[in-house]
Amino acid sequence: MTIDPSWYLTLAAVLFTIGAVGMLVRRNILVMFMCIELMLNAANLTFVTFSRSLNDVGGQISVFFVLVVAAAEVVVGLAIIVAIYRRRIGATADDQHLLKG
Amino acid sequence: MSLLAAAALPDSITFVIAAVIVVSGALGVVLMKNPVHSALMLVMTLFGIAVLFVEQDAQFLAAVQVIVYTGAVVVLFLFVIMLLGVDRREAVFADTFHGQRLFAGFVGLCVLAEVIFLGSRTWTTGAPTVQGSLTNQGANINVIGNSLFTTYLLPFEVTSALLVVAVVAAVVLGRRHRDPADGAINEHEEVQR
Repeated sequence: MTIDPSWYLTLAAVLFTIGAVGMLVRRNILVMFMCIELMLNAANLTFVTFSRSLNDVGGQISVFFVLVVAAAEVVVGLAIIVAIYRRRIGATADDQHLLKG
Repeated sequence: MSLLAAAALPDSITFVIAAVIVVSGALGVVLMKNPVHSALMLVMTLFGIAVLFVEQDAQFLAAVQVIVYTGAVVVLFLFVIMLLGVDRREAVFADTFHGQRLFAGFVGLCVLAEVIFLGSRTWTTGAPTVQGSLTNQGANINVIGNSLFTTYLLPFEVTSALLVVAVVAAVVLGRRHRDPADGAINEHEEVQR
């Protein structure tokens, strides 16, 4: 007897919501980045759940590609953060107001 | 099925424990004042997700999750936190804009309601995809390998190109600027601005 997929989907929805709220609430850029990872993992959990419930390998392949893209995204994002910090602009998202047009 | 019988199932117990770990870790990421603690809480969440992957017979993805996320991504986060020395505490609940936290909570509730509403009904139409069965071709890693190197060969190659681009971008962004006149590394560019 396995768990019903709806439980996994509900958990993924809760995880996505926590990530989204954290993205809105936190000011530290690195923590905002971690919240993006939370949302990506919620999507991955949904993919794997549907892959099992529909008996289709496509969902798990999608998770594989999401993992690769997330790794690349983290590399570039952290490089940008390091470049910003090196200019001593500041530690929080509020300090990045120079980016506005 | 009675609640007692459901609670006695090993799958249920695993799911509940993993779900508690995932949710508490995610809350820790958002609520911890120190970014280092947030990163460690992120590790906890990712391990919980890996347990849920194993429970759904996605053993390969669980291994990749632990290796790539907790082994590479979070370590990269910790490297950057330590390197920049930004592990200062932050007042999590200090409002920058008036009522912003309240509004964020409201938006979060809307997102949760919307996702659960969308997930609770079947919007999909048409025939399901024909990417192959998950259970009839042997072990999980065989199925994924077969599919990845036949049906999804082109996307697989494109991701390798993406990784190369990401590495080059990281190197370019991480370089210090050189003065074009003498080629010396300009260490004091912040002061000169």
